[in-house]
Amino acid sequence: MTSASGQPTAVHSGVDAQLLEVERAASRRERLAGTIQRGGALVVLVIVVLLASIIFGARFASVDNLLNILEASSFLGLVAVGMTFVIVGGGIDLSVGSLLALSAVLTAFGSQYGPVVAIVLPIAVCGFIGLANGVLIAHARMAPFIVTLATLLFARGFAFAVSNEGNTIYHVEAGNAVIALGQGSVGPFRVPILIAAAGFALAWLLLTRSRYGAAVTAIGGSEDAARLMGLPVARLKTVMYASSGLLAGLAGLLVAARSSSGQSTIGVGLELQAIAAVVIGGTLLTGGSGSVIGTLAGVLLLNVINNVINQVGTLSSYFQQVVSGVFLIVVVLIQRYLAREQRL
Amino acid sequence: MSLAEAARRPLAADRRQVFDWITERGVYVGLAVLLIFNLAFTPRFGELDNIRLQFVQVVPVAIIALGMALVIGTRGIDLSVGSVMAISSALLANYLGYGPVVAILVGLLGGAIVGIVNGVFIAYVGIQPIVATLALLVGGRGLALVIAQGRLTEVFDPTLRILGSDRIYGVPIVVLVALAVAVIVAVAVARTTFGRYVVAIGGNPEASVVAGVPVRRTLLVVYVLCAVLAALAGIIQTARLSASDPSFVGNLIELSAITAVVVGGTPLAGGRVRILGTLAGAMLMQLIGATLISHNLPDSATRMVTALIILGAVFIQRQRGGP
Repeated sequence: MTSASGQPTAVHSGVDAQLLEVERAASRRERLAGTIQRGGALVVLVIVVLLASIIFGARFASVDNLLNILEASSFLGLVAVGMTFVIVGGGIDLSVGSLLALSAVLTAFGSQYGPVVAIVLPIAVCGFIGLANGVLIAHARMAPFIVTLATLLFARGFAFAVSNEGNTIYHVEAGNAVIALGQGSVGPFRVPILIAAAGFALAWLLLTRSRYGAAVTAIGGSEDAARLMGLPVARLKTVMYASSGLLAGLAGLLVAARSSSGQSTIGVGLELQAIAAVVIGGTLLTGGSGSVIGTLAGVLLLNVINNVINQVGTLSSYFQQVVSGVFLIVVVLIQRYLAREQRL
Repeated sequence: MSLAEAARRPLAADRRQVFDWITERGVYVGLAVLLIFNLAFTPRFGELDNIRLQFVQVVPVAIIALGMALVIGTRGIDLSVGSVMAISSALLANYLGYGPVVAILVGLLGGAIVGIVNGVFIAYVGIQPIVATLALLVGGRGLALVIAQGRLTEVFDPTLRILGSDRIYGVPIVVLVALAVAVIVAVAVARTTFGRYVVAIGGNPEASVVAGVPVRRTLLVVYVLCAVLAALAGIIQTARLSASDPSFVGNLIELSAITAVVVGGTPLAGGRVRILGTLAGAMLMQLIGATLISHNLPDSATRMVTALIILGAVFIQRQRGGP
């Protein structure tokens, strides 16, 4: 829509060398733009952390506070990892916030029957709902936005149903082994941080070094082309949504283990935070390209901003949302500008 | 093409027609079934007070869904409507000191500004609608809370009370407002150049550019309209509740509005706008909720059933494709 006007119509030059030089410059700029787009969030993250450390000193830059930020990031991080693959594959998953709540409720509910049930039940249910998302989107060819919107409603309703309309808050007993997943630590790191770190490492390997990652990227780039190349598009998309559901389930399990309880009201709007983190991380919502490292930077950035506003700064916490929104739009504008550079 | 395939073609065409018919009229059939069920099995459903209540309750979603139908008609989406409701509600409460008319105008103006921001980002900068409006969903709610300093404000104003709860010939004023909006939007879609532009852009953006449709200007107007309607819904909601609570007003209403539009037969892929269908879709979702509640189904079941109905409606629609 925007490309119709303002594009050069013809290049009036007969000199090959000149053209070549222009092309070289263009490709240099393209590479630079690509690097900035992928690494932009990381650079901004470093700058924000440095600024916060200088301005707030030890109130921000203490080991305890930084570990807090990491821990707070781990839950959103796992969800955002799943979202990264879905968005790179050209889709969207709005159901993750509700799935996280459902999983937390099921974990706490299941913990009455022992740690195995507490782990298997939420993961299985969330994986199944994710799978249903995938089947409806990939095989029945329904719009991802609407399908996952419906499962957003469904999963939240399910969470309410299990918890007696939200009136019962199940608790995980202190002796339950599940607790260790949320509250145990290895060295200075709590277990959720380690799990999220492992998730990011695995996702990075998958996206950059595996056939699955290449195939998902191809699907996001052009589904028709991917199909013509002989990729099992429907199956891959199903896997994509199923793993997003599984990861949201895992995150909910960890939240329940961390807080020793499962509340049906948590995670509202989490899907939007996850999408924001992914977009800030330089993954284009149009699909076809993306970066797990960028998503990590996006998640950390959102949490650093929250931390600065909530614990350190003097701003009212309502500004947190305003800042997040402004941040999202600024990053997207920069991306947009760079993408235009790339095309010229 | 083989002979067997050729022989099957008319049948496929028949099926296509059935699908089309269901997509076109499904929402009315659903509404009729629900009405008959309720008249038969729900005590006091047919009483005037209840009917009035259902109409009053559907007003905010219906007004927003009308704007959303235009946006979806252009192949876009607007996630910021709930936050716009919160902003206009907060502004209304803040500026009530200058009199109700000024306060209402300021509320609407707030909505228009958000709409302009949305529209500029989408039409002129070229950001995807879902991202641009997502940013305003997140940021807008925060802004509303900043304006209201995070507090619930009770709103006592005679004019607003009249707007919120008075009736003319037994019809609540808010319902009349919604009807007026519906008529205006319907006429704009069916009878004006603007309406044709909207449908053309949704049908094929590239072709509309080539055909000389002022795509950017039309998109800007569409997003501003949608936001102003959302602001109007926020004002109506505030007037009805006699309170402005920016952390709650309009939460998740974008999802209800999108559902109403899609259930009403406007495809998410754009290219057509169905006003009556949208209104029927909003009423259908309202009645589903009311039916389940009046039969003592808990909130959880209501949500799950609603989800299944959305899936069913879209499953039928999927023949038309979508983004």
